[in-house]
Amino acid sequence: MSEEFGFFLLLLSNGVLIGLMYSLIALGFVLVYKATDAVNFAQGEFVMIAGLVVALAISAAGAPLWVAVMLGLASMIVFGFALERVVLRKLIGRPIIAVVMATIGLASILRGVGPTFFGAGTKPLPLPISDEPFVIGPLFIPPIQLLGASVSIFFILAFGWFFLWSRKGIAMRAVADNQQVAMAMGINVERYFGLAWAMTGVVSALGGIIWGNLLGVDVNLSLVGFKVFPVVILGGLDSIPGAVVGGLIVGVVENIVAGYVDPYVGGGTKDFAPYVLMILALMVRPYGIFGKRIIERV
Amino acid sequence: MFHRESGVLKTTYEADMALYPLPIARWTVGALAVVFFGVLPLTLDQYYLSLANLVWISVIGALGLNILVGYTGQVSIGHGAFMSVGAYTAANLAIRLGSPWPVNLLAGGLMAALVGAVVGIPSVRIKGLYLAIATLAGQLIIEWTINHVTFISGGVQASIDVPRPRLGSYVLSSQRQMYFFLLVFVVLAIVGTLNLIRSRVGRAFIAIRDQDIAAEIIGIDIFRYKLLAFAISSFYAGVTGVLYTYYLGIANYEQFQIGVSIDYLAMIIIGGLGSVLGSVLGAIFVTLLPIGIRYAMEAFGGLFFAPQTVLNLIPNLRLMMFGALIIFFLIVEPEGLNRLWRNIRNYFRIWPFAY
Repeated sequence: MSEEFGFFLLLLSNGVLIGLMYSLIALGFVLVYKATDAVNFAQGEFVMIAGLVVALAISAAGAPLWVAVMLGLASMIVFGFALERVVLRKLIGRPIIAVVMATIGLASILRGVGPTFFGAGTKPLPLPISDEPFVIGPLFIPPIQLLGASVSIFFILAFGWFFLWSRKGIAMRAVADNQQVAMAMGINVERYFGLAWAMTGVVSALGGIIWGNLLGVDVNLSLVGFKVFPVVILGGLDSIPGAVVGGLIVGVVENIVAGYVDPYVGGGTKDFAPYVLMILALMVRPYGIFGKRIIERV
Repeated sequence: MFHRESGVLKTTYEADMALYPLPIARWTVGALAVVFFGVLPLTLDQYYLSLANLVWISVIGALGLNILVGYTGQVSIGHGAFMSVGAYTAANLAIRLGSPWPVNLLAGGLMAALVGAVVGIPSVRIKGLYLAIATLAGQLIIEWTINHVTFISGGVQASIDVPRPRLGSYVLSSQRQMYFFLLVFVVLAIVGTLNLIRSRVGRAFIAIRDQDIAAEIIGIDIFRYKLLAFAISSFYAGVTGVLYTYYLGIANYEQFQIGVSIDYLAMIIIGGLGSVLGSVLGAIFVTLLPIGIRYAMEAFGGLFFAPQTVLNLIPNLRLMMFGALIIFFLIVEPEGLNRLWRNIRNYFRIWPFAY
């Protein structure tokens, strides 16, 4: 195997693992859009807050890891329900700009809350796994990325099962499909909206733990949220398989582009290439690869 | 002379569309002109004038964004980048060709309009959330391009020093001179927007906002008008960028990052979507909010916190207040400050003889 090809494989494997970790966060985005037609521009901030809660529970309160994780999950679930009840329920039926701006406002609040109540410094989020990468031929695979990818795959399968076969999942699909008909069938639409936000909270909490371990926890952790947009647009805003495929595409593309182009232009292509790809994809398939095509009537 | 009408008594379309529906409107405009051109610049000191100048710059940008978001119903999270396009176009022209500011201003606006129209092309096929994210992509791509292409950004730190604008041999440099300079453009922007909305183009925009498929069926060329909305709106943004550059004396991409796009969206949400007065009020409100918070914290923050904590708290408090206000207005008063003002006015219209 030539050196050149080994480098390519390294970038590719890295891209796949990172891409799956993007999928985990994108999943939170898709869940909310699928069920409530709301788009969450604060997804990155959700991840940040969850990471802060867990990191602070470990470092300041000295809680064991599993307690901290449970605390993170519980607080994000409560946060998800509360958010739906207090803010988003009031915005049902309003123009898209209203929901977009509400979540942008929420993102702003969370960015202020993070440093104010949790401290401004970067906090470590230690997990009991080694830092030594697995070396397989030319590949270096950090265990945290492997863990992240596995958690991601597990949750994607779990949510896939949930939507296809569980009673609540079917009800949620009905709500997503047509709110009024779902109501007429006796489904408590608002409860499912709350449930969707709580599920997003769960996914964000896990994303916060994994990404927090990888990057350290501070306000900048929320920048992960910017990676989510190309992922969900490429895959389609309302598709779980789309989140996976989009995540893989974005992860692979940004790693390969960064590996080959960065030396020539002085860096930063990683954040930029997925968006170019996204624009091109939008021109060809306006609803993403798996997105539901909306047929409009006057 | 100071009366208001007691009902809708218009019998012609001309009367309905008039800029001055009543004599009192002329008086109000006259009084405002006296205050803003005469009283304020002569009484305010340097610091308050500098605040006023920042407000004027934001007013122009907010008007432009409101044309797109409020009147045409197309969301854009890329206006900060369009401003940077205007800013760097003007700065490069000023440095490389030494061209005078009117040329740079126009060129900056037109270049931003062009870029804005290109970013708006996806709006023909996609709408709503997908469009919002596409414009976000536009913002990030433009930001990256300016930062990495040294031909545009001038290399080190991506900032370019710009000479002060001059009228003949008269150099505009003090805050007071800039105040008048900027205020002229604010007046042009307000009158321009008011007239645009009354025109055929403006009505087409509103039709597209209300129901774009229906608009297409009654014969409005959606492609053309959506791109036109993006172009006009970005022209305003470009002009804002150029003016800001001349005001600061330096073009720097950090002044036009995504936070700026969001600030302008907040201005029109808080002020009121689809309203000229709302854009102005929102721009004033959002620009002065951080300054108000700083004053309040410096005055009262010491009572609760240590001095060092207060300093750390101010930027975070600004973020929280900003977000909370956006959500507050969205839930409680979706039509913004403009609506609040109308409610107050309507209350006093029949005061003290309410039914």
